[in-house]
Amino acid sequence: MKRVFGKSFITALVAVLLGLLAGAVLMVFIGANPFSGYLYLFRGGLMTIERVGNTLATATPLILTGLSVAFAFRTGLFNIGAAGQMLIGGLCATAVGLTLVLPKPLLLTVMVAAAILGGAVWGLVPGLLKAKFNVHEVVATIMMNWISYWTVYYVVPAYFKGAYLETESRKISEAASLKVEWLTGLFGGSYINLGLFLALISVIVIAFIIDRTIFGYELKAVGFNRHASEYAGIKANRSIIMSMMIAGAMAGLGGATFYVGYASNIQIGVLPTQGFDGIAVSLLGGNSPWGVFGAAVFFGMLHSGKGFMNAMTRIPPEIADTIIATIIYFSATSILIERNWDKLKKRAGGAK
Amino acid sequence: MQSSMWTVIVQIFPYAIAFTIPLLITALGGLFSERSGVVNIGLEGLMVIGFFASALVISKLELALPDIAIGLGLLAAFIAGALFSLLHAFACISLNANQVISGTAINMIAGALTVFLARNMTGSGNILIIHGLVRRNVPLLCKIPVVGRLIFTQTYATTWLVLAILLVSWFLLYKTSFGLRLRACGEHPQAADSAGINVYRMRYIAVMVSGAFAGLGGAIILVTYSGEFTGTVSGLGFLALAALIFGQWKPLGILGATFFFGFASTIANVSQVIPALSRIPGILLKNFPYIITLAVLVLSSKYSQAPRAVGEPYDKAKR
Repeated sequence: MKRVFGKSFITALVAVLLGLLAGAVLMVFIGANPFSGYLYLFRGGLMTIERVGNTLATATPLILTGLSVAFAFRTGLFNIGAAGQMLIGGLCATAVGLTLVLPKPLLLTVMVAAAILGGAVWGLVPGLLKAKFNVHEVVATIMMNWISYWTVYYVVPAYFKGAYLETESRKISEAASLKVEWLTGLFGGSYINLGLFLALISVIVIAFIIDRTIFGYELKAVGFNRHASEYAGIKANRSIIMSMMIAGAMAGLGGATFYVGYASNIQIGVLPTQGFDGIAVSLLGGNSPWGVFGAAVFFGMLHSGKGFMNAMTRIPPEIADTIIATIIYFSATSILIERNWDKLKKRAGGAK
Repeated sequence: MQSSMWTVIVQIFPYAIAFTIPLLITALGGLFSERSGVVNIGLEGLMVIGFFASALVISKLELALPDIAIGLGLLAAFIAGALFSLLHAFACISLNANQVISGTAINMIAGALTVFLARNMTGSGNILIIHGLVRRNVPLLCKIPVVGRLIFTQTYATTWLVLAILLVSWFLLYKTSFGLRLRACGEHPQAADSAGINVYRMRYIAVMVSGAFAGLGGAIILVTYSGEFTGTVSGLGFLALAALIFGQWKPLGILGATFFFGFASTIANVSQVIPALSRIPGILLKNFPYIITLAVLVLSSKYSQAPRAVGEPYDKAKR
């Protein structure tokens, strides 16, 4: 088991290095200096305690969407719908936050529960369709993404319209925000919020489910071979539905940490990019919960540093997305890395 | 009442067709790829590549070569899409990578890279072209009652180009040995291989066709209704993928499915100005195509015509 971890860790590391290399080539291509580019990128993400806080705050929804994709993946399902689940989760949390008047701890609990529920429903539908009617989950989750997009597009202006803009909701009150004074103060006024702890708890819970429970074992068995697991008496349909539901719940929670944690209102007409970045996070993290955590923090740093880099150099901020996308491509083609790694090891170690 | 409905249909028909055509050509590209056994979820990104390539070429050339700039732009998109799809082909066919993940990577790379380059050129990240395609009446045919008014008036040349490609694709896939071989690779690659077909080569060709067609689709968006590269095709590539499945992996089915999406989206877009429709809440109209797609997939799942080996890397050892 240890060796498998080592190998996938090395693959991930090589993919990251290749991605950074591709980014450097692009910087050279547009006539910028890649060394100062990366210096500013990393400094932008880590230079002060406030920026570290922002990196963690940016990573928070990524941890949860990454968990969402990774969890479904373990059951052999590709959840491309994390964006829609996240958006619906954010809408549910915002709706509760703008409607109910309760003391902060109670209000936050209800909001988070609403977000989890909303995301779970959005995951449940593709799960049901897959289990009962064999509708491919990729298409179903894409459709669900657009349904959540248009739902937010009409529900927000109709019920939660902002004071000036038609395109976003009212700002939530301080009592409805996952930001808390002591944490914000601790990180010098950054966007960091309680969502980080929710994400950490989720990592621990998901790791426990996958590695230490019968339920998790059954999910993985279905992921390896649906027919064999059915033959062994596992209810594969139930596993598929549960897996998609939990995946949706994670992404929904991610929506809460973004829309009522990092931000304080919800925009219409945007599918959150964190949903798609979740695929990247999950893949780079080798679909393991702690791997997801590490990958999310790394991507969070790239995203939170890109603004500073853009301000100090003339490199467009999209470089961060390009690097992430390239890393994903190299993770997808990791077999190439593994093949060469083995060859290299053989050459270096002789008999080993 | 009836006559007013007719006016509405006549009015929105050109828009519906304009929206259908990029979807149709992209879904046709997906048809080639999936029929050969490779899922191409990267259609969205490949459209963006074509969108970008055509905007780049047209914006650079339209002053110097006003007559052929648009044609060159379409060609550039076609080629750029085919070349970019090689990334997907290499990952899926040569390296047996997970096709859905590779496709997702294609989407992400295309979206980020094109905006990165565009922003480096224009600052805003958008590329504007001055002239798009001009709508023209088809001579003679536009005089035919009813049909002439609906189909042959105020059309874009690209519409006829895409319909011609549809016809050629149908012929290629169903009436030539090339098509038979390509479909065999998607149904039972081992059998195809033992019959002497080079599965890898066929799949490479099919993926490149899908890239070229999707690139063309992105370029058609630019020269017909958009006029500006904005860095995204807002999910049309995914919609094309859904249309491919909705149309049961058949050229005519795809034509029907994409036209349904085109018409439904156009109705949703113009519903506010049509009295008969403005009473229906927008949220229902906008979600209508997606809900119908899910419903159709549920209903048709029993008789799914999906290529048998779609999504599976070809493993010679399984033969």
